[in-house]
Amino acid sequence: MAAADASAVLPGLELVPADGEADRDVLERLAEWCSHYTPWAAADPWEEGTEGGGLWLDVSGCAHLFGGEDAMLAHLCRRLRRLGFAARAAMADTPGAAWAWARFGDRDARCLPPGEQRAALAPLPVACLRLAPAITETLSGLGLRRVDDLFGMPRAGLAARFGRQVAQRLDQALGHEGEAISPRRPPPSHAVHAAFAEPIARPEDVAEAVRRLLERLCGQLDDQHLGLRRLEVAIFRVDASARDIAIGTSRPSRDPVHLLRLLAEDLPRLDPGFGIEQIRLAALEVAPQEAEQPGLGGGGDVRRAEDFARLLDSLGNRLGFDAVQRHCPRQSHVPEQAVARCRSNAPMPAAAWPWQRRPLRLFPRPEPVEAVAPVPDSPPLMFRWRDRSHRVVRADSAERIAAEWWRHDRPERDYYVVEDHLGRRFWLFREGLYGGAVPPRWYVHGLFP
Amino acid sequence: MPTKLEWEHLRASIATLEGGGATGTTDAATLGVETVDAALPWGGLPRGCLHEVQPSRHGDGIEDGAAVAFAAFALARLGQPGGQPLLWIAAGDEPYAPGLAALGLPPDQLVVVRAWKPAQALWALEEALRCPALGGVLAEIWRLDLTGARRLQLAARNSGVAALLLNRGEAIGSAATRWRVGPQPSNAAPGEGVGPWRWRLDLLRCRGLAGDDRGAVAGWDVEWDDETRGLRLAAAAGNRAAEPVLRPRLAAG
Repeated sequence: MAAADASAVLPGLELVPADGEADRDVLERLAEWCSHYTPWAAADPWEEGTEGGGLWLDVSGCAHLFGGEDAMLAHLCRRLRRLGFAARAAMADTPGAAWAWARFGDRDARCLPPGEQRAALAPLPVACLRLAPAITETLSGLGLRRVDDLFGMPRAGLAARFGRQVAQRLDQALGHEGEAISPRRPPPSHAVHAAFAEPIARPEDVAEAVRRLLERLCGQLDDQHLGLRRLEVAIFRVDASARDIAIGTSRPSRDPVHLLRLLAEDLPRLDPGFGIEQIRLAALEVAPQEAEQPGLGGGGDVRRAEDFARLLDSLGNRLGFDAVQRHCPRQSHVPEQAVARCRSNAPMPAAAWPWQRRPLRLFPRPEPVEAVAPVPDSPPLMFRWRDRSHRVVRADSAERIAAEWWRHDRPERDYYVVEDHLGRRFWLFREGLYGGAVPPRWYVHGLFP
Repeated sequence: MPTKLEWEHLRASIATLEGGGATGTTDAATLGVETVDAALPWGGLPRGCLHEVQPSRHGDGIEDGAAVAFAAFALARLGQPGGQPLLWIAAGDEPYAPGLAALGLPPDQLVVVRAWKPAQALWALEEALRCPALGGVLAEIWRLDLTGARRLQLAARNSGVAALLLNRGEAIGSAATRWRVGPQPSNAAPGEGVGPWRWRLDLLRCRGLAGDDRGAVAGWDVEWDDETRGLRLAAAAGNRAAEPVLRPRLAAG
């Protein structure tokens, strides 16, 4: 119906321009909020023409937490109504059947008994199969108005006329073909949650609730000999929004005291808003962790290793785990490539460091200098760096370092260890050879002790 | 006149009040040079204290590697007997691992923490000083006020971890030792290239020792020894004028 016709029918009608982005945002936020019913929640955005616009929830195995399937649906609809949405919900074996039953089905029986999709969907119109509007029109023009009209049709004819879509949607609704709902995020392997009768907002209450949940989660992991690598704390507020924070550890840990100390820095950032209804702790990443047996000597070594791991965790969570690293040798003769950085808990490769004269500080980018040197390959006599002149008193003979054999464009470098009149020692190199087409250039690459 | 026993008792109680333990009872890491170790009251670098290393300034603003090298060497000595992990808090450039290995600091024992802001570096230093499992911490700092220095000292005393501070700002009052390291020309005949590294090591301040009128407690010329991978006292240089290695070739014809 056109807007003009509508306002003719009802004079006081208020017209608001459609905002697709805002609608999608609302659906995403609602899907996030519904993740406390089940972690497998996704938004079903509006598409052109179809009666889309809803939420997918895969509640296999979650319904008993809310007192049964009917009770869960009633709870969900009540909450959505309180938030101001007019909602219809249905539960069925397959996503297609649930979609159809929610929009076109009987209002009283919201949950389809298992295996009853075929009988339930038969009297419904063809539009319940999530087909494009053009296809639905053509089908009704051909006299196929209800779903049971399609049951007996030969598939070859349908595919030739409409493509795969009709048959695929029918099979998905009846359960002959699988259909997957991708959740917004992969569900965590271990999660505990607590719901509060009255919404809480004080920081002390939140901290106490998190502490109790953490002990429960660590107990669960303890039974299975697993340790946490990444932990997420999510709060669900009364205004149907959710916030979360996450921490990581360098070694798997199931020590509640240590994890609580890592969380203590970020917990105040969780804004409770008008109140928190539910808190969920989820283990996003776990790793096997054997129970450590302290030695007969009193466990000094184990405790020291744990203390060190705690320090690395604390530093990594605040500065980023990429800022806490070890240096491992890499098989390369090029000075910039000779060092690899690995995370602090990674096992060190057994390679030894090559025994060569190398500087203590290597500049990430060599700085150009002006140098005076006798040709063809003698060390420089003096050089000028950062507007200061240095007179070279002693110098080693050249060490030629060429680029890797597969790089043809980089000229060779002749490295010299030089010492100036004050005793400061530098690592200079000349890139290129004298006498070639391009004059060589001098750089300083590092500082020696 | 109080007796000698009473003097000792008084000294010990003052030392306990000052912190850092009574001299001689604190665990110390030797530096490997007998003269330097003998000059320190603890027989080496004491653990559980702050130590400052200042670069000597030449007035032209170019940093030199001598102070960093001495600090790295001291860190290696702090980590040696037990192989305890060591921490390097870098707020600017990071050290180059092969150079560290050449100075006797095994990079496997070292964890490098990169802090982009000075406040983060100070926080990381305090966290590290609370972990008794570390052998030593090295950090570059620019500005440390009195309360911050006192907190670091208390944390170090409780955990027994020594901290080496490369101090580019003003000196800290609560450090147990303060060193100044400057480069010196190496001792090599012309034509031999650059000889072993040589530094001028000045002990500016040491708890329990008085300074002389030049401002330093003691000073040594030390040299790096490649065979023992340690320091030794440098032999006094002869009266040779430093010559450039090569003479410029005269143009022919």
